[in-house]
Amino acid sequence: MKLKNEKKKDALCTLIAIAVMLVVLIVMELTMKSTSILFTVLKKGMIYALVAVSMNLLNGFTGLFSLGQAGFMLIGAYTYAIFSMPTAVKLGDTVYKYYDCAISLELGIFPALLLAGLFAAVFAALIGLPVLRLKSDYLAIATLGFAEIFRAFFQWDAMGPVTNGANVLRQYKDLTKVKIPFTNIPFPPTLFCFLVAGICIAIIVLLINSSYGRAFKAIRDDEIAAEAMGINLFKHKEMSFVISSFFAGISGALLAMFQYTVQAAQFKTAMTYEILLIVVIGGIGSVTGSCIASFLFIACNEWWLRFLDESSNNILGLNILRSGFRKVVFSIIIMIIVLFFSKGIMGEREFSWARARAFFRDPFGLVSRRKKPAVSEEVSGDA
Amino acid sequence: MSFLQNSLPYILAGISVGGQYALIAIGYTMVYGILRLINFAHGDVFMAAGMFMVFLSASLPLGAAIPLVLLLTVLLGFLIERAAYKPLRSAPRMSVMISAIGVSYLIQNCALYFTGGLAKVYPQLPWLSDTVTIFGAVTKRVTLVTPILTILLVVGLSLFIRYTKVGIAMRAVSKDFETARLMGIKVNSVISATFIIGSLLAAVGSLLYFTNYASVTPTSGGMPGLKCFVAAVFGGIGSIPGAVIGAFIIGIAENIIKGLGWTTFSVVFTFALLIIILLVKPTGLFGEKATDKV
Repeated sequence: MKLKNEKKKDALCTLIAIAVMLVVLIVMELTMKSTSILFTVLKKGMIYALVAVSMNLLNGFTGLFSLGQAGFMLIGAYTYAIFSMPTAVKLGDTVYKYYDCAISLELGIFPALLLAGLFAAVFAALIGLPVLRLKSDYLAIATLGFAEIFRAFFQWDAMGPVTNGANVLRQYKDLTKVKIPFTNIPFPPTLFCFLVAGICIAIIVLLINSSYGRAFKAIRDDEIAAEAMGINLFKHKEMSFVISSFFAGISGALLAMFQYTVQAAQFKTAMTYEILLIVVIGGIGSVTGSCIASFLFIACNEWWLRFLDESSNNILGLNILRSGFRKVVFSIIIMIIVLFFSKGIMGEREFSWARARAFFRDPFGLVSRRKKPAVSEEVSGDA
Repeated sequence: MSFLQNSLPYILAGISVGGQYALIAIGYTMVYGILRLINFAHGDVFMAAGMFMVFLSASLPLGAAIPLVLLLTVLLGFLIERAAYKPLRSAPRMSVMISAIGVSYLIQNCALYFTGGLAKVYPQLPWLSDTVTIFGAVTKRVTLVTPILTILLVVGLSLFIRYTKVGIAMRAVSKDFETARLMGIKVNSVISATFIIGSLLAAVGSLLYFTNYASVTPTSGGMPGLKCFVAAVFGGIGSIPGAVIGAFIIGIAENIIKGLGWTTFSVVFTFALLIIILLVKPTGLFGEKATDKV
């Protein structure tokens, strides 16, 4: 009985926290300048959080070491851009300069977003058939290879009438074109990212906590034991792969909305590596970890470490700080995390109110250090 | 005759690229044979060798620059192993792979920093860059030198592994890590030796490879790296002759596909080959059968 009450209380806490967060976001968007770097970080952070969680579903919960995320984001981004582009733009020659656009269909934002996910999922289902029979590192190489194949394919000249070849796609419906339903008032863009990505992450969390999710975890922990318990290995792996790719596709579409232009050249292997590193920093097998890590990652990358790139910040006449130094420092920090804190921020645990309360009663285990070893040390800053 | 004249340049280029791939693939296959690790950073070590050459040849004569490039690349490979892989010796395989990806990310970002993101023009090596004509096909001399040099190096390496003490130790470690250690083999030095040989060959490969291409960019190691890994898998991971044959097959096939005007699909072919070989014969052409214990 007590446990049930606890659960109810926790659910209420979560709801209140989400509501507070949304209200804060709305207030911020109404009062602050929309060009503020904070909004860029929040938007991009949320988009990366979605793709990181989708990768975590594969790598952390199903134990499939897949490196194809950038490829599925690419499919999502292109599908969204192509289908949401107004027909007039397609027929004109501002975007499709060298080709005649083959797809004249124009969709609204939500159908296009959904289609972006579905396209990525369909491709994933096709690829999954051969690839998911491979084990660990071979799977990683094969998925990485397919991501590269997508990139080559989308830039292929013969695909020009659809993908505009290697040229940029733009003038589709970006974040500024989102309107509040039935009105003409623009929807706050950051709030839109949070709502779409938040709902997607919530669906993934529900999936992880369902019986399918338990089957995924069983496969991760021991394939043979899972099979012996009657879990259809291939079916569940394919399912996890398809669902993960679906959400990667949606996050690709959101990324396209966020940055106003899309080009296949952007979705390189390095992008998958970045997403994987976010997952590792957050803790493989922790959804909250992935979210926290993606905001930290984006904030460091776009904001906090920016000063390292400014050559005007050099002292003592040394010319160390210049464009690119930020990324060097950043990758060294990442290597330190990978080598010495391989559990990441959250390890395999999730954020829980019980642990948060315990933390506030006894921060860093200072009070009870002698009685029992600290339980809540690693939740520290995020609680 | 006209068919020969049309297709000969592609076949020649294929053999040459195949030889360069072979030199890189050996690094992959040896490391995987011993550590069961895809050394994602190996392609970037290869790129770094190209960068070293660009920067060193700007201030030094070639006679001094080339040995220094080889030395620096070897040092880089050795340091990577010591700093990023050795501390994780008892960690799960996935952690080591992630560490390898981290190293790759680090090397690429360092290269980006030092080049400012611009493609660097690779120096012309005298003699190697000269054009020659065989059977009416015009090509650089490096095209002819590569396969010969590759075969010489591979034969040398095979003899080294077969007859020297370090070579025997390498084979022992790749067979059984724990037992080798119990027999008194210094596993860590053997692993270092593997990385040193792999990096040295990658450096030679990069000298030959970039002579054919005009420039080096921070990402130019990525794709050749992946292709060479596929070559290593195709030939049977852990087997040196296998990696060489796989690399030649991939190099030649890739250039024939390019010759047919399907450049976009040369990458597709490589990965299709990987998937087919893994589904049909997971141990590769010359790989030893491994049994998985439950």
